[in-house]
Amino acid sequence: MHTESLSGQGVFPARNTEPRPEHPPEVPLAIHDLTVAYQRKPVLWDIELNIPEGKLVGIVGPNGAGKSTLLKACLDLVPRTSGWAHIYGVPYRKARHRVAYVPQRESVDWDFPVNALDVVAMGSYRRLGWFRRVNAAETKRAMEALDQVGIAHLAHRQISQLSGGQQQRVFLARALMQDADLYLMDEPFAAVDAATEQAIVDLLRRLSGEGKTCLVVHHDLATVTSYFDWIVLINMRVVAAGPTAETFTRDNLQKTYGGKLSLLEKAAEALRSTPR
Amino acid sequence: MPGLSEILEVLLLQNYNTRLVVLSTTLLGVAAGLVGSFLLLRKRSLMGDALSHATLPGIAIAFGVMVALGGEGKSLPALLLGATLSGVAGIATMLIIRHTTRLRDDVAMGFVLSVFFGVGVASLRMVQNLPNAAGLESFIYGKAASVVMSDFLLIALVAGVASLVCLIFLKEFLVLCFDDGYAAAQGWPTLFLDVLLLGLVTAVTVIGLQSVGLILVIAFLITPPTAARFWTDRLLPMLLISAVIGGVSGWLGASLSALTPQLPAGAVIVLVAAALFLVSMLFAPVRGVLPRLLNQAALRRKEDRQHFLRAAYEILEDQAGDAPVANRSFPYEALLPKRSWTPRQLRQILRVARREDHLEPTPPGRLRLSEPGFGEAARVTRNHRLWESYLIQYADVAPSHVDRDADMVEHILGAELVRELEAKLGGTLPGQTVPPSPHSSGER
Repeated sequence: MHTESLSGQGVFPARNTEPRPEHPPEVPLAIHDLTVAYQRKPVLWDIELNIPEGKLVGIVGPNGAGKSTLLKACLDLVPRTSGWAHIYGVPYRKARHRVAYVPQRESVDWDFPVNALDVVAMGSYRRLGWFRRVNAAETKRAMEALDQVGIAHLAHRQISQLSGGQQQRVFLARALMQDADLYLMDEPFAAVDAATEQAIVDLLRRLSGEGKTCLVVHHDLATVTSYFDWIVLINMRVVAAGPTAETFTRDNLQKTYGGKLSLLEKAAEALRSTPR
Repeated sequence: MPGLSEILEVLLLQNYNTRLVVLSTTLLGVAAGLVGSFLLLRKRSLMGDALSHATLPGIAIAFGVMVALGGEGKSLPALLLGATLSGVAGIATMLIIRHTTRLRDDVAMGFVLSVFFGVGVASLRMVQNLPNAAGLESFIYGKAASVVMSDFLLIALVAGVASLVCLIFLKEFLVLCFDDGYAAAQGWPTLFLDVLLLGLVTAVTVIGLQSVGLILVIAFLITPPTAARFWTDRLLPMLLISAVIGGVSGWLGASLSALTPQLPAGAVIVLVAAALFLVSMLFAPVRGVLPRLLNQAALRRKEDRQHFLRAAYEILEDQAGDAPVANRSFPYEALLPKRSWTPRQLRQILRVARREDHLEPTPPGRLRLSEPGFGEAARVTRNHRLWESYLIQYADVAPSHVDRDADMVEHILGAELVRELEAKLGGTLPGQTVPPSPHSSGER
């Protein structure tokens, strides 16, 4: 919540961010030695990760495993205790224009006095810079983005009058406005209807078809194999990362979810039902 | 009681004695309406309350220091500077509590509010016996009549700058208030924007201390935007309406108070704002309570009408058997069990149907649809069945997409899909042909 006090220089002291051979600069997202702690309790330990370009990547793990925190740490939204995350070889603050972030839908108040188009237009604010108002050209782009997620007809509807799935589409349209190369999405499939889920999957496939990289926090084990090319299994540390077919194994899931039987059952079911 | 001419004189700023007072509270109201909107949307209303209470120690201490330095003591800019400093100290205390402990925000605010106010009351008592201290306590409840030209200029300047900053930073404040995480990820300096916003709140609070008083100034910040929210769903209109409500409250409130000297301006201003809030809450067309109730009632009447027509049509279908459905009379008793309505509700529904000429005059106990009523019943039944069939066939997408209003079926689904659904349901002819109910053959 209180991100404002965290972005000052003091929280992110200068560190050795020299490029390292195991993290080549052309990688969309390279994470080295990343540790994050909230109130003395570590949330993420020693994360080492290279996310390959043009892939649709799922971040999978149990509740409280640090999935959202991983995204936020890459975006300088939470302080890092150690390590760094580089976007195409440079720190995030130098690569903001190449990254689009889709926060969790519940993170905002949907009874805010704006309509869908206003929210999508926020994706142009960075481009516009200080004090410049949203102009006709950006409004047109925002309409196009809404059209791409299939809700152009709802552009002028107040956001509280949208269904959960439509609200999620608004957030995606706002990210599309940024014309980024790397998309970080926090649970875009949470509590959306089937049609929206399909629309989001189509959109993600199209983005990765255009060579964009998408990193998606995901919690539904049953759909992992059908949605993602590549997965990162985390539970405070990276349990496994790699192409879905090789990484999404019973053994790795056991390591990620531990002895939580009900979840393992679900996973076993998911494995049996692949490919869908 | 003041006469009409006197009232007009005050309201139209013709009265020299009250002109400055009324004008200053009006400008204050406009600024409070604008700044308060963002304070409300940032969900920091309580912080504004803590801030205004935290100004009191600064007033007393500034007075004491000025007297000690040999000054006259009651210079307004010096007192307001003291108020600003202790207000900022209050906010700082709150932020320190928030970031160094795990106490919740409301605890931190309650703590700062009461402790700083307590310190203020104590230090006020301590400087009370110094010469010329009378009237210091008027900062608690406000005393608009004490505004002189130099005070007015200060208030006008600060209010003007605060209003301007709100409009200049519109886009930046919007993204901060709506989604601070996204704003930070986009590289907007959220800390700076938050400090700027709190600075504006502090400025408006401090210039409001003299006329409205530190206890009531928070109402002046919060009531106008809350009232404005009922009238609109967009930010810019909300800001402007809020500014108007704030300005009108300041203008009317100070005028009323000037006409009846026993009423303190701060209280009257807040009461005027509260009255405008009440009117907005009840009557505002966008989110007001009354328009919403009326809408709901209209919706229910429409549902009742459609339910009745459909029930009547289904009875006629049963009567016709395999023959084409014809408009005949049917017994009242057949209608009652069709739905969950009580006899009294049904009588009311039938009264409406007669008024709309959907029913023909019949002997008691029998009912017969009129020609237009029969046509309407066929249409409503057909559309309803199309919806049902759509919901069944597209169960995965439909529930979130569909507004199941029988009148909207073609508008929402499009002629193509309607034809397809009709074909699936076995209704071969376009137009008024009523397809069979999608679940009539089975369970019913």
